[in-house]
Amino acid sequence: MNVEEKTHLKKAEDLAYDCVRCGYCLPACPTYLTMKTETQSPRGRIHLVRMAAEGRITLDELSGPIDLCLGCRACEQVCPSNVQYGKLLELAKTAIQHHKKQSASPFRRFCEDVVFKQMFARKNVMNKLGGLLWIYQKSGAKKIAHMEPFRRLFPENLALFDKGLDEAKPPFKRNDGRRYPPAGERPVLKVAFFTGCVMEAVFHRINRLSIRLLQQVGCEVVVADKQTCCGALQAHAGEEETAKMVAKRNIEAFESEDFDYIVNNAGGCGAMLKEYGRLFADDPDWSERAARFSEKTADISVILDMLGWKPEKTLPYRVTYQPSCHMTNVQKVVKEPEKLIRSIKGIEWIPLNDPNVCCGSAGIYNLVHFQESMDILGAKMADIKGTKADVVVTTNPGCLLQMKAGIIKEGLNGRMKAVHLVELLAEACGIDSSHRGQTQG
Amino acid sequence: MLLRKAKNDDANSQTCLAGNSLRIPMPHINFLIKRQKLCHFSLHASLEAARKADPAAFEFAILGVMNVPLTSQTIEKIIRIMGGGDRVLTQKTDLLSYAYDASFGLFVPDVVCQVKSVEEVSEIVKLANEEKIPVTPRGHASGLSGGALPVEGGIVIDVSLWNDVLEIDKDDMIAIVSPGVITADIDRAAKKVGLMYPPDPSSSNVSTIAGNLAENSGGPRCLKYGVTKDYVLGLQVVTPEGHIIRTGGRTVKNVTGYDLTKLIVGSEGTLGIITEAILRLIPRPPATLSLMAVFGDIVQAGHAITDVLTSGILPAKIEFMDQSSIRAVENYHPMGLPIDAEAVLFIELDGHPLAIRDEADSVYQLLEKAGALRVQKAETSEEEEEMWKARKLVSPAIARHKPTKISEDATVPRSQIPAFLKRLRDIKHQFDIDLVVFGHAGDGNLHPNILCDQRDREEMEKVEKAVAAIFEAAIDLGGTLSGEHGIGIMKKAFMPMEFDHFSLEMMQRIKEAWDPNGIMNPGKIFPKPNDRLVLRQ
Ligand SMILES: Cc1cc2nc3c(=O)[nH]c(=O)nc-3n(C[C@H](O)[C@H](O)[C@H](O)COP(=O)(O)OP(=O)(O)OC[C@H]3O[C@@H](n4cnc5c(N)ncnc54)[C@H](O)[C@@H]3O)c2cc1C
Ligand code: SF4
Ligand code: SF4
Repeated sequence: MNVEEKTHLKKAEDLAYDCVRCGYCLPACPTYLTMKTETQSPRGRIHLVRMAAEGRITLDELSGPIDLCLGCRACEQVCPSNVQYGKLLELAKTAIQHHKKQSASPFRRFCEDVVFKQMFARKNVMNKLGGLLWIYQKSGAKKIAHMEPFRRLFPENLALFDKGLDEAKPPFKRNDGRRYPPAGERPVLKVAFFTGCVMEAVFHRINRLSIRLLQQVGCEVVVADKQTCCGALQAHAGEEETAKMVAKRNIEAFESEDFDYIVNNAGGCGAMLKEYGRLFADDPDWSERAARFSEKTADISVILDMLGWKPEKTLPYRVTYQPSCHMTNVQKVVKEPEKLIRSIKGIEWIPLNDPNVCCGSAGIYNLVHFQESMDILGAKMADIKGTKADVVVTTNPGCLLQMKAGIIKEGLNGRMKAVHLVELLAEACGIDSSHRGQTQG
Repeated sequence: MLLRKAKNDDANSQTCLAGNSLRIPMPHINFLIKRQKLCHFSLHASLEAARKADPAAFEFAILGVMNVPLTSQTIEKIIRIMGGGDRVLTQKTDLLSYAYDASFGLFVPDVVCQVKSVEEVSEIVKLANEEKIPVTPRGHASGLSGGALPVEGGIVIDVSLWNDVLEIDKDDMIAIVSPGVITADIDRAAKKVGLMYPPDPSSSNVSTIAGNLAENSGGPRCLKYGVTKDYVLGLQVVTPEGHIIRTGGRTVKNVTGYDLTKLIVGSEGTLGIITEAILRLIPRPPATLSLMAVFGDIVQAGHAITDVLTSGILPAKIEFMDQSSIRAVENYHPMGLPIDAEAVLFIELDGHPLAIRDEADSVYQLLEKAGALRVQKAETSEEEEEMWKARKLVSPAIARHKPTKISEDATVPRSQIPAFLKRLRDIKHQFDIDLVVFGHAGDGNLHPNILCDQRDREEMEKVEKAVAAIFEAAIDLGGTLSGEHGIGIMKKAFMPMEFDHFSLEMMQRIKEAWDPNGIMNPGKIFPKPNDRLVLRQ
């Protein structure tokens, strides 16, 4: 173990000492529930981090259970000892990532660089990725999925997710720094809109609907120029430096004007933005700016609820809600989405038995650990099926894709559909009623 | 670590079994370990012969880090019994993940079997008995006394996946459950038909019923309803020799023969493995009502408890928080708790809505008369929830202070609560420790929690002494070492404090009669010469 690995592991170990091994987190952990061993539980992982720090196991041995963690942080939520699992996980991943880089083949290093530093970290590449999806769909050229370095990102399993995708638009410049005026005379709030790379590449239509909803409740909306990916995928993969790099770019981009809020519509991205403050806590140059950024960050549901969003139409749907883990566990936004959905006339609200169990999407987990992810999804779908809902609402692009995949897998197409909260709200006030046609399932 | 572990084994047993044919004397192994530390690859010459005699066993003797080693043939047999390797764990990361529970220490098993049927358990235990391999039953490892730790290595029998049976028989008012069923799920299932399974350990959302039965767990509701043993009618058990037996039955009344059910309950997995239980359910009280009382003086609070309990009213719960816990909670989550108060009592009444409203009025007056500074009645279920939230937040709140929490459960007769509280206060000052007291005051089962840092050797030394002083105080006052967490390895050193030689010996004789080869959860409950509590790393 080199110094770098040791430092990160030591920090993780310090956090691990907060764990009193009570096991309260076991029933909350999706990987424990599906993989059924203590090794794949929060308590096991925390313990193994200690074991690695004590030198009883190698980083390679540690990487097994750590890689299989979804990072959903449901464990943190139920922990009576305030174990900061999310932070511990990132530190352990960073140590492992350092270690892997030391030992990885140059080719593998190249691929990972492409994926994390270049693809996700650069908006234009992500836009091209949106374009790629478009080519993929249009030409049926599944070959792309088999091309390095995309194979790692899109294994054959992509086909499943692909079926659930929106029509991807041909590549064009999406982040335009454009301004959208409020519906009323004077803006109630001036907000910046955070587009998010996956959201913008894959579900750009939902972004457009979000902006229109914000306008409708009286916001002046600015799609801040030069913004980039939130950095969550990098941070969760142990690429701390890259994550910090993109975070700084975002902080700068959103300082261009004095916004009341920085609004996003992706539970996972929002959580990362909320964590910038923590990310730079030890960096005197950035800590204050980062904290200010995080304070201004808000999920769209919070803003809509705050500004008294009102539905106009009656929607005769039986609706269930699968919250994004990071929205619940990190952003702690729980009540607003439910309140908004239930304010729509005609909607029959059927809560899930275990809404707080992850759906198995978890960033790129469903691509990298396909089988494990499908097992977790299987458990989730059993719960969803039980509600007999015809609409499943989510608040994060990954979850939305996963839900769509789940519906297809269970053969529920036509009887059930998955939508983003924004789509449902938009439909309820007639902004765009075509979403039923656009999404399959 | 290696050496510490060796010492531990040294105290427990003089020989180390390697498979069925090979016995390596303990000192040799110790020597070997020292050699290993000095030089990884050279082996002691006198052991070369042993290696030749049984290479596999020998290898395990080295790799198994001083636990009782298993041969690869034994592992193969286990896999065969388990119908494949899916539920048999032998990888290092897996074994290390079954090496702990919620108490202290790290003891690595050789293999973990995630059993799902009584046949599997019986066959594995038979094999273990034949080959003299230690067997440690394990639920969800939330135990606080080290019961599920495989202190001598060997096989861990994990019953937590075995939760397929949870049957409620409404007419007989019983529940039939598999060992891995989560405690709270039983009560939830009973609730659906208007019944209740009263034992409610705070850990009930994670603990298994087998763990509860083995520890005879209790909880807040036990003030009125009694502990786990009061709700067990019958058991299916695999004895340490691998026989499948049944104890008790489906009836509340049963005096046929010795009461083996009660013997197994609370035996901490040392007399056999519980594979099924028949539990008694009772009608669910239709309503609850809660009160909270604030006291400026801790001893007054103690007297108030006695006043309530002798008034003809039996609350479902009486919980207690001392000043340190009040301050910790208020700090953690401001909710207007009186930080100058020395004690807060929480009381829950249950029963018919009209009856408990009446009772609440009486209790209100009693508390005021006993000197409470403030008494508050929860009028709505939201208010009730908010009230109990304070009590629930004690654990997370105190966890913020220091990473290590030693949670004791020494229990005294009800009348001695004030005296015990006073003794605890003295101990806190005498040893200069961070001591927080809360718990189930109604039944004398307080939880003195010591907050410390495991990594601080000096502090831990003080804590070890303070723990001993707490036990001494409890026993002085006519109490007991443990009200609900069990003895395991954490308290066995103190057993002679509570029992005289012959009382302990009778227990030991029972153990020997059931488990002639001493394979079932060895190293627990019974003290060995020179045993003492060690919390230092
Ligand atoms: C935060 C916290 C709060 C707690 N609160 C309470 C409380 O309020 N009241 C209370 O009483 N306890 C409490 N406990 C202690 C603990 O939860 C209980 O002792 C519980 O019964 C243990 O259940 P388990 O499934 O985790 O068993 P484990 O810890 O896995 O095992 C406990 C014992 O049971 C034995 N065992 C397990 N399965 C079997 C089997 N099939 N057959 C025979 N023996 C078996 C084990 O060998 C061991 O000796 C608490 C613990 C924690 C961490
Ligand atoms: S709930 Fe928290 S303290 Fe308990 S085992 Fe899980 S992480 Fe550790
Ligand atoms: S983050 Fe999610 S998957 Fe990972 S240990 Fe916690 S609960 Fe389990």
